[in-house]
Amino acid sequence: MQYSSQSVAKPYFIAAIGLFVGQILFGLIMGLQYVVGDFLFPLIPFNVARMVHTNLLIVWLLFGFMGASYYLVPEESEKELHSPRLAIALFWIFLIAGALTIVGYLLVPYARLAELTGDSVLPTMGREFLEQPTITKVGIVIVILGFLYNIGMTILQGRKTVVSIVLLTGLVGLAVFFLFAFYNPENLVLDKYYWWWVVHLWVEGVWELILGAILAFVLIKVTGVDREIIEKWLYVIIAMTLITGILGTGHHYYWIGAPEYWQWWGSIFSALEPMPFFLMVIYAFTMVNKRRREHPNKAATLWALGTAVMAFLGAGVWGFLHTLSPVNYYTHGTQITAAHGHLAFYGAYVMIVLTMISYAMPMLRGRAAANSNKAQVWEMWSFWLMTVSMVFITLFLTAAGVLQVYLQRATENPLPFMVVQDKIALFYWLREIAGVIFLIGLVVYIISFFVGGESKKWKTRFDAL
Amino acid sequence: MSEIFTKSMARNIYYGGSAFFILLFLALTFDTSIALPKRDHRENITPQVAQGKVVWEVNDCVGCHTLLGEGSYYAPELGNVYKRRGGGAFIKAWIKMMPTNIPGRRKMPQFNLSEEELDALVAFLKWSSEIDTAGWPPNIEG
Ligand code: HEC
Ligand code: HEM
Ligand code: HEM
Ligand SMILES: [Fe+2]
Repeated sequence: MQYSSQSVAKPYFIAAIGLFVGQILFGLIMGLQYVVGDFLFPLIPFNVARMVHTNLLIVWLLFGFMGASYYLVPEESEKELHSPRLAIALFWIFLIAGALTIVGYLLVPYARLAELTGDSVLPTMGREFLEQPTITKVGIVIVILGFLYNIGMTILQGRKTVVSIVLLTGLVGLAVFFLFAFYNPENLVLDKYYWWWVVHLWVEGVWELILGAILAFVLIKVTGVDREIIEKWLYVIIAMTLITGILGTGHHYYWIGAPEYWQWWGSIFSALEPMPFFLMVIYAFTMVNKRRREHPNKAATLWALGTAVMAFLGAGVWGFLHTLSPVNYYTHGTQITAAHGHLAFYGAYVMIVLTMISYAMPMLRGRAAANSNKAQVWEMWSFWLMTVSMVFITLFLTAAGVLQVYLQRATENPLPFMVVQDKIALFYWLREIAGVIFLIGLVVYIISFFVGGESKKWKTRFDAL
Repeated sequence: MSEIFTKSMARNIYYGGSAFFILLFLALTFDTSIALPKRDHRENITPQVAQGKVVWEVNDCVGCHTLLGEGSYYAPELGNVYKRRGGGAFIKAWIKMMPTNIPGRRKMPQFNLSEEELDALVAFLKWSSEIDTAGWPPNIEG
């Protein structure tokens, strides 16, 4: 660690991992409710488990992005963070507000929560991923603004690199598009149209800039490849992201009441969206092959390569699978969507946060350059357990989705939804088993932090430069 | 990548390309907002329909159901339930009857809605079923 203020990243990373565990536990509850319909009913109805699962996901990824920024920006800017105290204060505000919101979901009926938090003043609740009470949303905006101020001041007063500017652009975009969460018109069609400006323009727009910047940073560090080369790739990747991804939003406008021409715009541009993800694979492997030093943190390199590959599979391949409008006509809102949502979120955003944690945490804990061999072996086991089980979750959901589409939408005598769900229950059971293995992988991951041994140093002084 | 293609070229494509496509997207959004009134029939959004949307939201129906294919995949699509079940009487009776008493079957909670709220919900679901969704869903089962 070169700057002492980078240490504020540590609590962010720890909180991220803690909330990740919560997310998975609620995922498993829902997975069981899919097949044992009265499990935990009426204590935790499915919709409550779902909002806990997805909101924890988003919140821990935000913790991860913030921690990553606090670690990355001082090193790129070659100066201490503008205000470490503000970073710590915002950490506690965000954690407490997040925890209160989750407790609210679990303890009070949702309608009562809306009432208690004055939703009627500015109704924004009850929409997928945006279930948070309006006051929580305001809190999120305040935390993000404080965070942006802190990061922005550091970048502007220090050395400006392509990596830090792209990161900042992504983070500003994240804040700007979140503001559409406050726009909730009476007209459902308009509501849906702009809801996607939060959801799609996040994951297939500005978040990819954040992903690209963090990946570039870690690749520069672990491979020692010339920054100029990595920055050129970064520009090409994010150029393609925005050129394809902005109009790609159209793949959500096929069936919600928007004009039919979106079937053309959406299909054509979103079909090109896998390109930046494909480039990312080539780039990550090329940089690692061209490495000019042997970084002792093998686990971080594995996570970095894994991110590129799994993001390509989840977003690129599974996205393409259902993005053309004639296909989406049948798959829209089925288990195919869930399969893609899982692999894409895991491959791109879960894995990039875990990449950064893997790279930074040893230094944050005062170890030389990397954890001991033994700890890295545990970490790499967790990589494979989580990644392979997520692939299986995706495959089982895809199988369920194909059957669902066939039985409910694409045959002579379409069957009712609930009848179809009964017929494909086997695949939900298999998904649940894969989910348990995912949880085991996560436990192994946490254990890896407590495995001792002598931490690894650079082999030569030249390597560390 | 070769030396002919420089970093500043890449940067220019990034800035230029993004700016161009943001503007194009805004233009298409503008065109869409002109075309929408004919498709969403906003003249039929009465105060009751608007209230129905609020009831829909504060009870988080979208946490189990899809509406026009968006939401959760745990329970039936409701964008066309008004048509599937031949009107509002079924919907009201159904919601009042919840939860079912069948062991192991997926459950929908009892929301204790008033008659007024139920009527508003039905009005909202009726209006939703009349949006021009380009022929989606493929059939009445949603
Ligand atoms: C916790 C999950 C959950 C929530 C929340 C929920 N539902 Fe349901 N709903 C279900 C399930 C499961 C079924 C199918 C039950 C069955 O067939 O036994 C269902 C069925 C229905 C049906 C009948 C559909 C048909 O085609 O027969 C209607 C109408 C309905 N729900 C309306 C609503 C409304 C309105 C809300 C919000 C006020 C709501 N639901 C909230 C789970 C839920
Ligand atoms: C990392 C990037 C991505 C993430 C995290 C992601 C995540 C998601 C999620 C969670 C949904 C479900 C939204 C909902 O609940 O309604 C979704 C829907 C969708 N995604 Fe992605 N996605 C990514 C990239 C892509 C790409 C690159 C494509 C196209 C090639 C794509 C195509 C689609 C389509 C067509 C849908 C709509 C599915 C439907 O009609 O039900 N996604 N995505
Ligand atoms: C133990 C593993 C997991 C299980 C059993 C599980 C289960 C589920 C279930 C049942 C749903 C609800 C689907 C529906 O609406 O009907 C869901 C939604 C979701 N989960 Fe998971 N989940 C798991 C892990 C994860 C992980 C690791 C991520 C992040 C990468 C994730 C991200 C999501 C997202 C984004 C949604 C919304 C999906 C959509 O709308 O398409 N889940 N999950
Ligand atoms: Fe999208």
